[in-house]
Amino acid sequence: MLKIEDLVVAYGGIEALKGISLEVKEGQIVTLVGANGAGKSTTLRTVIGLVKPVSGRVLFQGRDLLAEKTHHLAKQHITLVPEGRRIFAKLTVLENLKIGAFSRRDEKGIKADLEWVFSLFPILKERSWQLAGTLSGGEQQMLAVGRALMSRPRLLMMDEPSLGLAPLLVKEIFRIIKEINQQGVTILLIEQNANAALRIADQGYVLETGRIVLQGSGQELLANQQVKAAYLGKRRGI
Amino acid sequence: MSIDLFLQHLSNGISLGSLYALIAIGYTMVYGILRLINFAHGDIFMMATYFAFFGIATFRIPWFITFPLVLVLTAALGMGVEAVAYRPLRDAPKISLLISAIGASFFLENLTIVLFGGVPRPFPAPKLFTDVVQVGTVAIQKLTFYIPIVTVLALLGLVYLINKTKTGMAMRAVSMDHETAQVMGININRTISFTFGLGSLLAAVGGIMWGMKFPQIQPLMGVVPGLKCFIAAVIGGIGNIGGAVIGGFILGIGEIMLVAFLPNLTGYRDAFAFVLLILILMSKPTGILGEKTAEKV
Repeated sequence: MLKIEDLVVAYGGIEALKGISLEVKEGQIVTLVGANGAGKSTTLRTVIGLVKPVSGRVLFQGRDLLAEKTHHLAKQHITLVPEGRRIFAKLTVLENLKIGAFSRRDEKGIKADLEWVFSLFPILKERSWQLAGTLSGGEQQMLAVGRALMSRPRLLMMDEPSLGLAPLLVKEIFRIIKEINQQGVTILLIEQNANAALRIADQGYVLETGRIVLQGSGQELLANQQVKAAYLGKRRGI
Repeated sequence: MSIDLFLQHLSNGISLGSLYALIAIGYTMVYGILRLINFAHGDIFMMATYFAFFGIATFRIPWFITFPLVLVLTAALGMGVEAVAYRPLRDAPKISLLISAIGASFFLENLTIVLFGGVPRPFPAPKLFTDVVQVGTVAIQKLTFYIPIVTVLALLGLVYLINKTKTGMAMRAVSMDHETAQVMGININRTISFTFGLGSLLAAVGGIMWGMKFPQIQPLMGVVPGLKCFIAAVIGGIGNIGGAVIGGFILGIGEIMLVAFLPNLTGYRDAFAFVLLILILMSKPTGILGEKTAEKV
């Protein structure tokens, strides 16, 4: 579904991505694992068109995405849950969700998806008239995910959805990611919580300073000694 | 001072405040969406009065056709300024944008001088609006009543547009976060352009009524009102539309009352706005309705 080929991205002459290639197949959960500054966010931001690469290709079902403007991608049902949530703090919860469906015209479908999001996150329904900025961190994260779902994504990219959440909520978020995926949404996930991410992932890539150094199924990477040492630490459980 | 006279001053202040409010909204909306002080806004306001002048005096088009036409032309002018002077600088440092705004302002002023001459011209106000009515013992121009009514209608329209329509929602989203707005499928260039058009349209509404109230137009007439309305926007809390309206009324009513109660200070009329600005910013640096924001560096 999504194919990245030899992608090179530089910020002011410094290469953040040094030619990475990866593939996300339809229906999969694919995760990018790596330390801060490895280029994970840059990869997602390039796919969505917020960063222009030096060279390389990004293909979505065979079509080159790099030629597309960011605001056209929502119409192709490609969306991003950005790092740090980036909800619209001074819009209400309901308005945030409606913004997620901005490029859609099918009022009935939007309504149905709104009910779907409310069933995934009942707290958002309760708070739909509240300003989004007044939500707690966990609720804001749910809103960011819900907002992305409102575009009825085929490809959903998520940048650190569990960042800063309490352990119980982290568990909940991963359960929901899995559930969204089971509804047929393909997911490209970045997580600092490599353990939890690899457990739900069909495929994983390990990034190190702008290069892919390892790839394999979630299970393979979980068992890999290198990965264990570098990213999984001693912490178990979550 | 008799109560009659006071009411006359008050109605004068309200109508001047209305005009300030209409222009101040343009500053505050553009600031909200681009973090830019659009210095050309006062000149766009000036151009609107010229458009009206040519429509009525030169081409003899009836006012009820001219005025809507002026609104459309001025909105287009505002969008044109944005496309030429600001859009190419979207990723440039904010200071470049500010300098470009000053450049756009000088350009419009001098273009008007070159095209239409620097000589002041009489604004051809339709008699319908400038007629005087007797209220008790005082004589008041009908315009003095029309201005606040038109302003309130324009504001109601604006509030509806911003809060209840999809375009308004896009404007609010873009003003908070350009990147995320794009990811959601919002065309930010179109939204920004629309914001300039809307602000310019409101300035045109103000400009037409300004021309009727102070019926002499000249190429630099936008400078002082532009500055004052910018101050009104800052006093109210820049970026906040309600604040711009409040700031406009405080400034308009305050200015008229200053002259009425302290006639000795009439010469300092224009300084009033600046003094008020200093006083308010000393006690509330973000303006009356402004919120504290941590500037991201």
